[in-house]
Amino acid sequence: MNSRSLQTTIVFLVIGGILALALGGFFGSASRQFSSVLIELQTWISSRYLGIQDFITAPRDIVSLRARNDELESQVSQLQAQVIELQQRVSETEILAALVDFSRSNPESTYKAAAVIGRDPSPFLHYIIINRGSNDDIRRGMPVVTNQGLVGRVDSVIADAARVQLITDPASSINVYLQNAETDAVLLGSVTGDVSLDMISQDVSIEPGDLMLTSGLGGGYPSDLIIGQVVTMRNLEFELFQQATVQPAVDFTRLQIVLVITNFRPVDITPLVP
Amino acid sequence: MRNIVAFPLLLLAVILQSSIVSQVKLLAGYADLPLLLLGAWTLQNRVRSAWHWAALGSVMIAYVSAMPWPVVVIGYFAVVYVAQSLRQRVWQAPLLAMFSVAFIGTLVFHFLSFAVLRILGTPFEVADVVGLITLPGLLLNMLFSIPVYAFMRELSRWVYPAEEYE
Repeated sequence: MNSRSLQTTIVFLVIGGILALALGGFFGSASRQFSSVLIELQTWISSRYLGIQDFITAPRDIVSLRARNDELESQVSQLQAQVIELQQRVSETEILAALVDFSRSNPESTYKAAAVIGRDPSPFLHYIIINRGSNDDIRRGMPVVTNQGLVGRVDSVIADAARVQLITDPASSINVYLQNAETDAVLLGSVTGDVSLDMISQDVSIEPGDLMLTSGLGGGYPSDLIIGQVVTMRNLEFELFQQATVQPAVDFTRLQIVLVITNFRPVDITPLVP
Repeated sequence: MRNIVAFPLLLLAVILQSSIVSQVKLLAGYADLPLLLLGAWTLQNRVRSAWHWAALGSVMIAYVSAMPWPVVVIGYFAVVYVAQSLRQRVWQAPLLAMFSVAFIGTLVFHFLSFAVLRILGTPFEVADVVGLITLPGLLLNMLFSIPVYAFMRELSRWVYPAEEYE
């Protein structure tokens, strides 16, 4: 054995001995101090490295985060638009389903559905504009209803639109029949959009909640279309007739889709009027 | 050729009036957007085409509304006449002129509507019309008259550039 290999063997033996002593716990306090110094050094280097890494990569992250944020915001706005559109479709579907139910339960009439696209520009008049016209066989005088009740009748028609006079219009007057009292009366509109009953005989007893339907007299409307209920009565002895306020069955502020009764032709009784 | 801008603008005003403004109610009254547009357009110093605009606006509204067409025609021409008169007299205070046009124009238009519909047999009560339609309509027209005037002033500057006018 030459001197070089003897030195190597001695070094290995010393190191191995030290390791064996260390593993055996004989260098406990010294190894703890040494390891704590190492850990602190490791921690310091690691934290500095992370700081430097953040410093170098942060701007790129902000740019990518902003891009991602923009992307997500656009997705959110798209989804919100979709939600609104779907809510509108659900609302329309519910209305249409109700109208289909109504048309099935009243098979004697034929209906054409139309969307409400506008109202009369003048506050003195209560008219709506619908998106069906003479191209869809809509004619002047046809009654317009919803599943809740009578809306009005077609006043004028062009090719793809029609104007409908609501029953709340101040110039509107409709012959109605009070179901419980079994009597006729006249329904009048007003500037406020309220409707009232007039020409009720003083002999007749009417109650709040009495249902009223179209009577069909005069030929302007078919009979038995629901209009609304009596709310309050006014009965003065010195007047010829009783009057009453009416709650219409239809909510005229929320009209979206209506049905035009296309198989009804109003009767023109003008030549018969003396 | 400059008057071509009247077609899309008045058409848009009539559509907005029919679809949106008529649903923004105060009691039973609402603003009259075409009336305000006509009044504000007439008050602009450079404008020389107000009568054409009134004719076009009348035709459009008369086509959409169930109101008898003479009411619309006379009403809008009256608005232009009032605005032209005020433009010469109150030229230093354009907003005051606009308020005056909105006020007088609304009153004239509502009076004509009331009178003609009453003659035709619609059972109106004066108190109802004044309290529920005219006064709320006046208030809304006055409120809308400021933005409408500002918009029409910018439009008149775009349609009639200053150098051409001078």
